[in-house]
Amino acid sequence: MDATEIFERLRAQFSDKIVSVDAEAVDPSAVVEGDAIVDVCKFLRDTEDLRCNVLTNQTGVDYKEDGYIEVVYHLYSYTHRHYAILKVRTPRDQGTIPSVESVWKAANWLEREIYDLLGVRFSSHSDLRRILMPEDWVGHPLRKDFVEPTEYHGISTTRESLLR
Amino acid sequence: MALVNSFSQGVITTTADQFLNWTRKSSVWWMLFGLACCAIELMQTQGPRADVDRFGAAPRASPRQSDLMVVAGTLTLKMALRTKVLYDQMPEPRYVISMGACASCGGLFQLAYSVCDGVDKVIPVDVYVPGCPPRPEALTEGILKLQEKMMTETWLVKRPAVGIEA
Amino acid sequence: MSVAGFEVEVDRGSGLETEEMTLNMGPQHPSTHGVLRFVVKADGEVMRRAVPDIGYLHRSIEKISEKVGYHGFMPYTDRVDYVAAMFCNQGWGMVTEKLAGIEVPKRGEYCRVIAAELNRISSHLLAVGTMILDIGAITPFFHAFREREKINDLLEELCGARLTYNYMRVGGVAWDLPPGYEEKVLAFLNQLEPMLDEHYDLVSENTLFRGRAASVATISAETAISYNLVGPNLRASGVRYDVRRDEPYSVYPELEFDVPVGTGMAGEVGDSFDRYYLRVQEIRESVKILRQCFQQIPDGPVVAKVPRKLKPPAGDAQIRVESARGDMSWYAVSDGSEFPYRCKVRTGSFAAMSIIEEISQGLMLADLVTVIASLDIVAPEVDR
Repeated sequence: MDATEIFERLRAQFSDKIVSVDAEAVDPSAVVEGDAIVDVCKFLRDTEDLRCNVLTNQTGVDYKEDGYIEVVYHLYSYTHRHYAILKVRTPRDQGTIPSVESVWKAANWLEREIYDLLGVRFSSHSDLRRILMPEDWVGHPLRKDFVEPTEYHGISTTRESLLR
Repeated sequence: MALVNSFSQGVITTTADQFLNWTRKSSVWWMLFGLACCAIELMQTQGPRADVDRFGAAPRASPRQSDLMVVAGTLTLKMALRTKVLYDQMPEPRYVISMGACASCGGLFQLAYSVCDGVDKVIPVDVYVPGCPPRPEALTEGILKLQEKMMTETWLVKRPAVGIEA
Repeated sequence: MSVAGFEVEVDRGSGLETEEMTLNMGPQHPSTHGVLRFVVKADGEVMRRAVPDIGYLHRSIEKISEKVGYHGFMPYTDRVDYVAAMFCNQGWGMVTEKLAGIEVPKRGEYCRVIAAELNRISSHLLAVGTMILDIGAITPFFHAFREREKINDLLEELCGARLTYNYMRVGGVAWDLPPGYEEKVLAFLNQLEPMLDEHYDLVSENTLFRGRAASVATISAETAISYNLVGPNLRASGVRYDVRRDEPYSVYPELEFDVPVGTGMAGEVGDSFDRYYLRVQEIRESVKILRQCFQQIPDGPVVAKVPRKLKPPAGDAQIRVESARGDMSWYAVSDGSEFPYRCKVRTGSFAAMSIIEEISQGLMLADLVTVIASLDIVAPEVDR
């Protein structure tokens, strides 16, 4: 099934929860309302002819100019060999999205990573803490307005160049 | 080591310092401390072709039993604090080889937000081995340079215990 | 309860049960292949839980991509997975080509596949060699590394580096194959195959090795898919899926090879032994692919004309590459400037690491090493 058909199925099922569909892009994708993402994912996973049984990738992109962070879900079906790409937009401050950990266990760590690096919160996540950065790290580094701290526990983070 | 063989066969004379240094340099046990890319070259160094065992250098699993710490790879800020703990556990005399560009100065990852640019910000370094990653031959050369340094140590003097500043 | 395949009677109330201990393993631990840390809750020798703590090698590669441009990011991709750097080169090349709509010349694609398959063999040799080393045998490690050195020589002749190759470019590869390369690779392959037979006799048939690996940490197909386990780890659980065959890219549709799956030859389907043995089988498949490549490689240019200041049109793209550690997916966002807006790598080891907490329950402490080694986890791939 190609992406257009999948998104038509989603429109038929969830009508107003699908904000927009970009079918012309290199990789067609659909923007989904945040509060419907778990239902949409369950629908995609459990419907017989869709069967997107794996979450291959989940990541966030900070669109600072537009004032939102976009979380991108790359779903794939081992059964039918097709992709479905979903996007959820959330405000940059205090953005919260329901966790899809209950649908795919792979989401547990991927969401922790997005929380760590971009500061998006995932509601009903079982263990939402920093994963890559130290516990006492300040800020979310992959945000576009992140400023690197000058020192961490007394270790300076810059080095004087000897080439001058 | 300067050996003076003026006695009958089987007897040699040397100075105590040189003898101690010679024994020490002939069994440099390095701690397994592979951090990143360089760790693979570290494994190759210990592997069949480079075979650094022939210089008496062998890997040890525990810092308590090692003389040498080969910092092989990028030191992140999260790891830098642990590195100091590990270094403090090693018994004196202890040596550090900083292997590769990342450990020496941050290398490629000077642009990164999470990388400590150079292990010498955390612990003192004896030998820097350049390269990204250095070839096994380069690390072997580094170990030989360290052996040269070990031969210059003097032991038969009263030395105050060396403390590490926090 | 079942511990490592043996029924163990833990008699509660006879005074033999112990209090739960919390043990710290790593980040400096010889068997963790780099800097991984586990917080193990153990009852004596039996693990209740092993919670991985990662990030000790987080080098912010994704953030660096936003500062160095499309061409400049290529050397950094080497460091995403230094054991199988060719695949990361290829992944970044492919995702940029998809964004910018660049076509790679045929010979360039063949050069990529030749380099990548050589790298796959060396990566699997490392995985197999160190797994055996971690389990406690040392000789096969030297056998594997001896062969690995030969591949390193071949790749060094190709691109000048032993480990971090930086061989591929956006739009193709940096250099054509050196003269006489075919003969050298074929000579290497001819002597590798008998070595694999020898290796089979020495290790795969070894009772002790089977005892340590068979039926340890079995992963069912459902669990593997739910955790998005990929590559050899997924196939060992019985799912016949290989990106090279099922989502073909590059010139793989023109090449014939099998996709082996775990059969449970020593224990259950999806156990540590299956994961180990699958890699040995994949080495043979890579040998097959390499032989075909040298027969089919056409003449022509190896790299397409790509502007030095590459500015792909705004948009996002995702590609998947079958790396040595499985399906590696690259996601890149362009905003029309010469710097990528965002780049994300989802790697095989990241998924493999997240599954450890679940599969380690009830195993013996010593088996944790087997689990890590059999999943072939490489630390920088987890942390990036």
